[in-house]
Amino acid sequence: MPVLQFTDKGIYCAAGDFYIDPWQPVQRAVVTHAHSDHARWGHRHYLCQQDSVPLLQLRLGADISVQGIPFGEAVYYNGVRISLHPAGHMVGSAQVRVQQGSEIWVVSGDYKVENDGLSGQFEPLPCQVFITECTFGLPIYNWQPQGIIFSSIREWIQENQRAGKHSILLAYSLGKAQRLLYNLADAVPRFYVHGAINAAHQVLLANGHPLPPVHYITPDTPKADLKDGLIIAPPSAAGTAWMRRFLPYALGVCSGWMQVRGHMRRRNADAGFALSDHADWPGLLQAVKATGAEQVYTTHGFSSAFARYLQENGIAAEEVRTAFGQEEEEV
Amino acid sequence: MQQFTQLVKILSNSTKTNEKLEALRQYFATAAERDKPWVLALFSGRRPRRTVNSAQLKSWCIQAAGLPEWLFEECYHTVGDLAETIALLLPETPARLSSHPLHYWLEKLMALEKATEAEKQQFIQAAWQELDTGERFVFNKLITGGFRIGVSQQMMVNALAQAYGIPPATLSHMISGNWDPRHTSLETLLHENHGSADISKPYPFYLAYALEGEPATLGPPGDWAAEWKWDGIRGQLVKREGQLFVWSRGEELITEKFPEYAPLRDALPDGTVIDGEILTWANDFPLPFQALQTRIGRKNVTRKQLQEAPVVFLSYDLLEWQGRDIRDTPLEQRRQLLEQLVEQAQNPALRLSPLVTFDNWEQLAQLRQQSREKGSEGLMLKKRSSAYQVGRKRGDWWKWKIDPFTIDAVMIYAQKGHGRRADLYTDYTFAVRDGEQLVPFTKAYSGLTDKEISEVDAWVKRNSLEKFGPVRTVKPGLVFEIAFEGIAASKRHKSGVALRFPRMHRWRRDKTAQEINTLADLQQLLQQYKG
Repeated sequence: MPVLQFTDKGIYCAAGDFYIDPWQPVQRAVVTHAHSDHARWGHRHYLCQQDSVPLLQLRLGADISVQGIPFGEAVYYNGVRISLHPAGHMVGSAQVRVQQGSEIWVVSGDYKVENDGLSGQFEPLPCQVFITECTFGLPIYNWQPQGIIFSSIREWIQENQRAGKHSILLAYSLGKAQRLLYNLADAVPRFYVHGAINAAHQVLLANGHPLPPVHYITPDTPKADLKDGLIIAPPSAAGTAWMRRFLPYALGVCSGWMQVRGHMRRRNADAGFALSDHADWPGLLQAVKATGAEQVYTTHGFSSAFARYLQENGIAAEEVRTAFGQEEEEV
Repeated sequence: MQQFTQLVKILSNSTKTNEKLEALRQYFATAAERDKPWVLALFSGRRPRRTVNSAQLKSWCIQAAGLPEWLFEECYHTVGDLAETIALLLPETPARLSSHPLHYWLEKLMALEKATEAEKQQFIQAAWQELDTGERFVFNKLITGGFRIGVSQQMMVNALAQAYGIPPATLSHMISGNWDPRHTSLETLLHENHGSADISKPYPFYLAYALEGEPATLGPPGDWAAEWKWDGIRGQLVKREGQLFVWSRGEELITEKFPEYAPLRDALPDGTVIDGEILTWANDFPLPFQALQTRIGRKNVTRKQLQEAPVVFLSYDLLEWQGRDIRDTPLEQRRQLLEQLVEQAQNPALRLSPLVTFDNWEQLAQLRQQSREKGSEGLMLKKRSSAYQVGRKRGDWWKWKIDPFTIDAVMIYAQKGHGRRADLYTDYTFAVRDGEQLVPFTKAYSGLTDKEISEVDAWVKRNSLEKFGPVRTVKPGLVFEIAFEGIAASKRHKSGVALRFPRMHRWRRDKTAQEINTLADLQQLLQQYKG
């Protein structure tokens, strides 16, 4: 019996009788991070990294049964050793290391290898079997260091100010939005955020994460106040009546998909910044190699292409179908 | 090159016409003199001939990036643009080394015409090393052509008109015709007298919008002239200083392709420009557009083609008469002069597009129902007092097309699109039923809203069979009403028919694949309207 198997409910450990990021209701769920395609509603008990606990409670209800543990600390289910390690994807995001006897499997969850300052530094974990995401598993996805991307965002904001326009950045409300806030805190005097971002932000602030204060945009927010500020909204706000109050504005989209012009043009944005919380092609290769795994399973994204490339480079790899990648991928 | 790269970036990112216009205006006001005519040429379909082909670019990129070919293909299907794919896949260069201007690269590329393959490869790979990612994309675009970045020729004309203070209509004429960006400066182009330097120069075409309501909204029928709308290639015949030139609407000089027109050089007086339709024609009736297609894109026309698909010029309008630009003279008078001219020419290749006479709009509506029997696509309505304007304008000219044919069909293949539709399944192949078989008969790309496209895209991803390559075979489940303008017999297609302008008219969510049309239905249409 393999340590982990792929079932129609999710990734399952028979010996420990638990699932990792299951998409059907189960008894025991180990959750890599708080995005809704990984942390789903309806499980009897949740185990996650401790910083994820308040986010899970925010999204799934304060009454869920959840246990939070620090990075590196072990929990045993029926003698199977489970520990969580930084994945660098967002606050509280973790890889799950599962050890049964001498066999070690690692489930990456979503991850990026670059340290964004807020989500922790991705930790390479030696293992025999590595289950990796590959949202951006094609060599066209090759991110610039975030320092360079943030300088161009700063320049863009200044340009808009000179042109007398408000700057609106569209960013996924949990994760990307906080990464922007944290990294632009020195360049922007005031942040204005959409309600979807504000809720998570307040929870993170209350839990001591080093984020700048934000203003929640209400119908009463005086327009004059927005002048030298930056507005952050989730992608779903694009094209809605909510945006009209900010006219004249320039719209920027922060997402790995912005690497390709066609995606950007479809969004009708004025600027696209290829800023992603997922690993790019070199990042994926680096992560896979660092594990030393003999067997790799690739999940959501360009999983068949990435698996084939690994095979051709001497690593046994296989694509598996999961229900991940349904929330953020369009962002 | 940097300034042009910046321009391309703004033009392709911006969604606002005014921003694009301003970027172009600024470019023409500040760019290096020798770069300007090149930009004009690139954005008006005057790209120089390719000296390096796509297959070469692809293989040199694969070599430079050290990737397997299948992975390059996967990337290409996701990006949907070869130039961009290559720019993204090439290894990063340590620092910017080049500051060569745009014209330098274009002239170097043109100079490769006689170079060996190895010399070409060396030049291209060295260029890639000198340029950054943004510039590489533009450089590759210079080679692969087709700067489809949302800049219409009209927009460029307007920007130039602003930058140089010349009325757009005048400017549009100045930059038309034959000129070589290597040897022509923008100053020369814009300061020469009309026609003195280039006797081949055509006038910008006047184009009509589709009539949306009923013609009764246009006012008294007596103010309007009607003629059949023909489905050929819109063109201009230019006869000046003893020479004849034939231009297509795409501003391409196509004199040599149609030897039938050669005798018109002697039959027409100097200083004559006629607007009309290039059409294949036999026994007083137009042949289907497919017949004309056999004549396009061939350098040498065979005797067989001349017999099977003889071409005439169906005249609509007279723009220059006795060397004078008469575009502002009312249509009615231009038409009289045109009729005299065609009469005097006495040549079978030059015909008049007949007027459709009518007393009231109801009568015209009935005549319009005969369009298909006449081999036309509907009617053109032109105000008798109208001037010949520049570009697509509302008000004086309207096209009033007949309703298209429609067939319900099921989608069987899907392919990813390009440009704005990159990484989305937007190009579909449709089939009709033939007993238990599904027979593919057409592709269609347009007609769906963005929202419908993303729905179909998600459906294709869930219902496709293969994992690699551009084409997905899908479960025959989605039914669409396909509209098209014409149908002709075709040996090249399995179904035996070829359609004209097929597009998705409606998504028939109410129908299943069992309820679609049959091959027999298509064959019946073909029999009825084969012309």
